[in-house]
Amino acid sequence: MSAADEAPVVIVGAGHGGGTLVGTLRQLGYEGPVVLIGSEPDAPYHRPPLSKKFHADELEDPLRPLEFYEEQGITLRLSEDVVAIDPEARTVRLGDDTELAYSTLVLATGAEPRRLPVPGGDLDGVVVLRTLADARVLKDAVHPDKRLVIVGAGYVGLEVAAVARSVGQQVTVLEREDRVLARVASPELSEILTGHHVAQGTEVLTSADVTGFAGDDDGHVRAVVLGDGREIPCDLALVGVGAIPRDELASAAGLTCDGGIVVDAATRTSDPHVLAIGDVTRRPVGNVEELVRMESIPSAMEQAKQAAHVIVGKDVPAADVPWFWSDQFDLKLKMAGLLRPGHAAVVRGDPTTGRFTVFHLDGDVIAAVESANAPKEFMAGKKYIRTRQRVDVTRLADEAVGLKDVVA
Amino acid sequence: MPSVTYVLPDGSEQTIEVKSGLSVMDGSVANNLPGIEAECGGSCSCATCHVYVEGEWAAHYGKASEEEWELLEFLDTVQENSRLSCQLVVTDAEDGLKVTVPEEQG
Ligand SMILES: Cc1cc2nc3c(=O)[nH]c(=O)nc-3n(C[C@H](O)[C@H](O)[C@H](O)COP(=O)(O)OP(=O)(O)OC[C@H]3O[C@@H](n4cnc5c(N)ncnc54)[C@H](O)[C@@H]3O)c2cc1C
Ligand code: FES
Repeated sequence: MSAADEAPVVIVGAGHGGGTLVGTLRQLGYEGPVVLIGSEPDAPYHRPPLSKKFHADELEDPLRPLEFYEEQGITLRLSEDVVAIDPEARTVRLGDDTELAYSTLVLATGAEPRRLPVPGGDLDGVVVLRTLADARVLKDAVHPDKRLVIVGAGYVGLEVAAVARSVGQQVTVLEREDRVLARVASPELSEILTGHHVAQGTEVLTSADVTGFAGDDDGHVRAVVLGDGREIPCDLALVGVGAIPRDELASAAGLTCDGGIVVDAATRTSDPHVLAIGDVTRRPVGNVEELVRMESIPSAMEQAKQAAHVIVGKDVPAADVPWFWSDQFDLKLKMAGLLRPGHAAVVRGDPTTGRFTVFHLDGDVIAAVESANAPKEFMAGKKYIRTRQRVDVTRLADEAVGLKDVVA
Repeated sequence: MPSVTYVLPDGSEQTIEVKSGLSVMDGSVANNLPGIEAECGGSCSCATCHVYVEGEWAAHYGKASEEEWELLEFLDTVQENSRLSCQLVVTDAEDGLKVTVPEEQG
């Protein structure tokens, strides 16, 4: 055995993927040393509450109790950056210039919020949301007297809008595309959700081109500036225009990247000693040909499990149907499968009641499901996607027909 | 502290102390027991914390809420005593509780 084989499994990124991986390794009986390195000061925690409960006590929700890492013999190194990988020597270099050897390296570096390259983007009060530290800023700024503008109507932006509105804040959502959630939801769901937000008093402006932020004399943002010259006054501007995979370490080390680290169905990168998991990866999903960046907890956890199996040399479990969730006002949304052009949308349930599902069909097979307050439809849909069950579309659209009776 | 016995997917049993007020899911996650995944962190959204509540304890906990049962209903592994463990809070009244973790989640 070479020295490198006795070296620890080193995981870069102590987020949801990295945090899950260390536990799974021990569950699978891996007894060797494990080092989990993360830039953030906090041990791995749940990010969903950052946009759903940032006003509440439940904001801080660690993945595991702190004793966990010691009990499991995991070396947790927080507030530390890995700055380079040497794939030949099988070492990583840390911010303090020390080096650490690895037997297997797992990159779980996640993604970082995209910034808007416009004038005023660095003013005080122009913020992003990815970390607990970001959420605490938001929490302090949530106040009925303060106006909030959200740039970008993605899931995170709409969740924050819903919370802020529910505590009485004046909220405007600005979206460059002609509908909310343009990148991630169907036009049907976009329209229903827009109606819901507007009915709660949120101003939603689509096809809005943000060209800058205007500041006051103290360097604090006072308005968001649009391409047509309009200014939307605000006390805080949250920019939620997507996230960029943090693949810079990997690409500097010569690993194959393509807007994310390219991995196979077992999280292997182009280097035999390096795996990658979570938001930073571009991965195979279902039966679609192109690789996909998933950005969801179920995907990060699934890959963490795959990586652990690779490390201990066990068969890698098969991937499940991708899914994620979002909470907006009283709507608990759950989505599964992949939306692709050419699918036919079928709505089950009456959207005005707050319980409805949009099924997306490829012929008579369900390819994707988007549900609100409809867990049964979601679970049945996910199962039918997995089993490629043929369904009767007319019966599927009829809420009076039980979901076991929609199969063709 | 109340103690809870988990029958794990490989058939082995683990009895652990769960801090009063935490859920059966929390106890599993804190002790790194295999089986329960808890993707959603306990917000009754994911159905990856499925357990069977054994014996009298099923009646003790009573029926799942409608939302919870809808999440369980379409699982291949569902049984009458199925529950989502993030919805089962453990207090001194549940000392001695026994649950079985199915082989597959989700
Ligand atoms: C506000 C918000 C709400 C969300 N809500 C949901 C939801 O409801 N459902 C859902 O499924 N998903 C949700 N997501 C997405 C989900 O949180 C991510 O998909 C998940 O966290 C991805 O895990 P990860 O381990 O890949 O990355 P992360 O959890 O982002 O962890 C990556 C970590 O790596 C660290 N890091 C990066 N580079 C280095 C380096 N060089 N050295 C050391 N450390 C480094 C980072 O600081 C970070 O802590 C949400 C995300 C956000 C931001
Ligand atoms: S942890 Fe997700 S439903 Fe229980």
